[in-house]
Amino acid sequence: MTDSLTTAPDLSVRRAPRRGLDALSAGRVLRNRIATVGMYLAFGLALVPLLWILASVIGHGWHLLVEPVWWTNSQRNIIPDRVGGGAYHAVYGTVVQAIACSAIAVPLAVFTAIYLVEYGRGRLARVVSFMVDILTGIPSIVAALFVYALWVTTFGLERVGFAVSLSLVLLMIPVVVRSTEEMLKLVPNELREAAYALGVPKWKTIARIVLPTALGGIVTGIMLGLARVMGETAPLLILGPYAASINSDLFSGNMAALPTMIKENFGLPDQPAIDRMWASALTLILIVLLLNLAGRFVARYSGIRK
Amino acid sequence: MATITGHSDIDGAPLGDLGTTGRLGDRLFRGLSAGSGLLVIGLVAAVGTFLLVQALPSLARNQAGFLTDRVWEVDSENLRFGIPDLLWVTVVSSVVAMALALPVAIGVALFLTEYAPRRLARPFAYLVDLLAAVPSIVYGLWGATILLPYVRPVQEALGTWLGWIPLLDNSATVTGTIFLASLVLAIMILPIITAISREVFAQTPLTHKEGALALGATRWEMIRTAVLPFGTPGVISAAMLGLGRALGETIAVSLILSTTNAAFSWSLFSGGETFASKIANNAQEFDSPTKAGAFIAAGLVLFVLTFVVNAIARMVIERRKAFSE
Repeated sequence: MTDSLTTAPDLSVRRAPRRGLDALSAGRVLRNRIATVGMYLAFGLALVPLLWILASVIGHGWHLLVEPVWWTNSQRNIIPDRVGGGAYHAVYGTVVQAIACSAIAVPLAVFTAIYLVEYGRGRLARVVSFMVDILTGIPSIVAALFVYALWVTTFGLERVGFAVSLSLVLLMIPVVVRSTEEMLKLVPNELREAAYALGVPKWKTIARIVLPTALGGIVTGIMLGLARVMGETAPLLILGPYAASINSDLFSGNMAALPTMIKENFGLPDQPAIDRMWASALTLILIVLLLNLAGRFVARYSGIRK
Repeated sequence: MATITGHSDIDGAPLGDLGTTGRLGDRLFRGLSAGSGLLVIGLVAAVGTFLLVQALPSLARNQAGFLTDRVWEVDSENLRFGIPDLLWVTVVSSVVAMALALPVAIGVALFLTEYAPRRLARPFAYLVDLLAAVPSIVYGLWGATILLPYVRPVQEALGTWLGWIPLLDNSATVTGTIFLASLVLAIMILPIITAISREVFAQTPLTHKEGALALGATRWEMIRTAVLPFGTPGVISAAMLGLGRALGETIAVSLILSTTNAAFSWSLFSGGETFASKIANNAQEFDSPTKAGAFIAAGLVLFVLTFVVNAIARMVIERRKAFSE
């Protein structure tokens, strides 16, 4: 709590005269101090779980991750009390399901954002915007139940990897819409006006000028969206049963994913299974955090500068 | 965290439909984007409709009161299921989580906007945002295995001193309590509430703050008289969004909460199931449509609950926007 830490126009208490007409009463000084300490404590308190979680996951999980077999093998034929095997099957499932999800979600979300920024006016745009907000708040389990009701009950199809991707679409759309929208709004209007003045049609202005200008932010949004859907477990519980071996087909058979691999090893008494649980948690955290960091990095170095 | 508070500035957009030529490319592009927007509306509508349609047959065959009876027997052909227990555990765990997270989140948001050195404020904020990036299953794992032994003494102490309050009655011996789940949920929603509060605090007009300081206010008095009143609607809506997130959280709660057959208890130190964890715990057994229908009915209630909470949050923040601009 030194003065070097202050922000804003600094008129802090310490410089106020202690005697005289405008002296601060002891109570006011004390309350100010308590508040300051409280704010610092709150921030410290918020960091405790982050560091604690990272420390325990890394501490329990790192030794399996440094073995090459972790990244090349599956858990086929490996029983809980035996050491060995890897997470290749689960990493594969997580990545492929997320890619299939973004193949559907990204175009939809980007066009929705284009609609909201470039075309949408009046009531319809308001409703679309509100619905995007509602999608942001939809619990992942509800999205999964919806796809279950559609995919399994209505169409009578099996629980496969692609059904998981479909439910992830609902969760990814709002993230990408919002970040794309923010970015498109930052594109200076002079660019659009210049294009129109040269006789460029609106669609070409959007496709060739607005979107490339905002590309960095859109990529960031996609990465944050990917990071969000990769960590989702609820859709996997309902639509994507775990399999211990590699399944490369999104449309048939059970497919592993990192969250279900964690769940599979949760609550087992055998040490090898416990180790695998923490190692798969660390793998998942690594992927998600790397995507997050990469996203922020892209945002920082490709942002629209004014 | 622009994704959370972002709202489109529809009316203020400066350009109208300039540049449209009515040629194929333009019509196609307009169609695609309007179509995507409509599809988003359709998606939300479809979620509600599909859940309702799938839930109705099971609800019709339900021989118990859906809103009143504390039973859940869906294995036989005689369906008997009701949601009061699920509703109670869902709501109480989320509300306690919000109550725990809110003061800390406000403190962190104020710290980041008013106290932290400007150069460090951004990386600090990013650290808090990282909490939101940790997958929820990892929270569940950590809560159920690492945090659990540390929370038990707290529960025992609370139970000893304040056990006469029904909420804090510590007579049941349960490992994964609602209290523990609330604590983990509080950590999970902390970054959401912080991010939005931070945004609204940062928008406090500088003139208000300078005015307070010029009148001789200490920094805390300036915050109390200028920043907090300005930010209150934003903080309320942030808290509601956090609540919405906590209501729907699935796997963390499912890993932490012990399911019990014990009689219903008001206590935070008992086990139970939320809507989401009930559905998740039984997901492997969706073998018949009627059985799945019972769980879908529970999911529908959860959908409506989060819809209402989120809608209120949006309305609060939209109204504030009207005043501040």
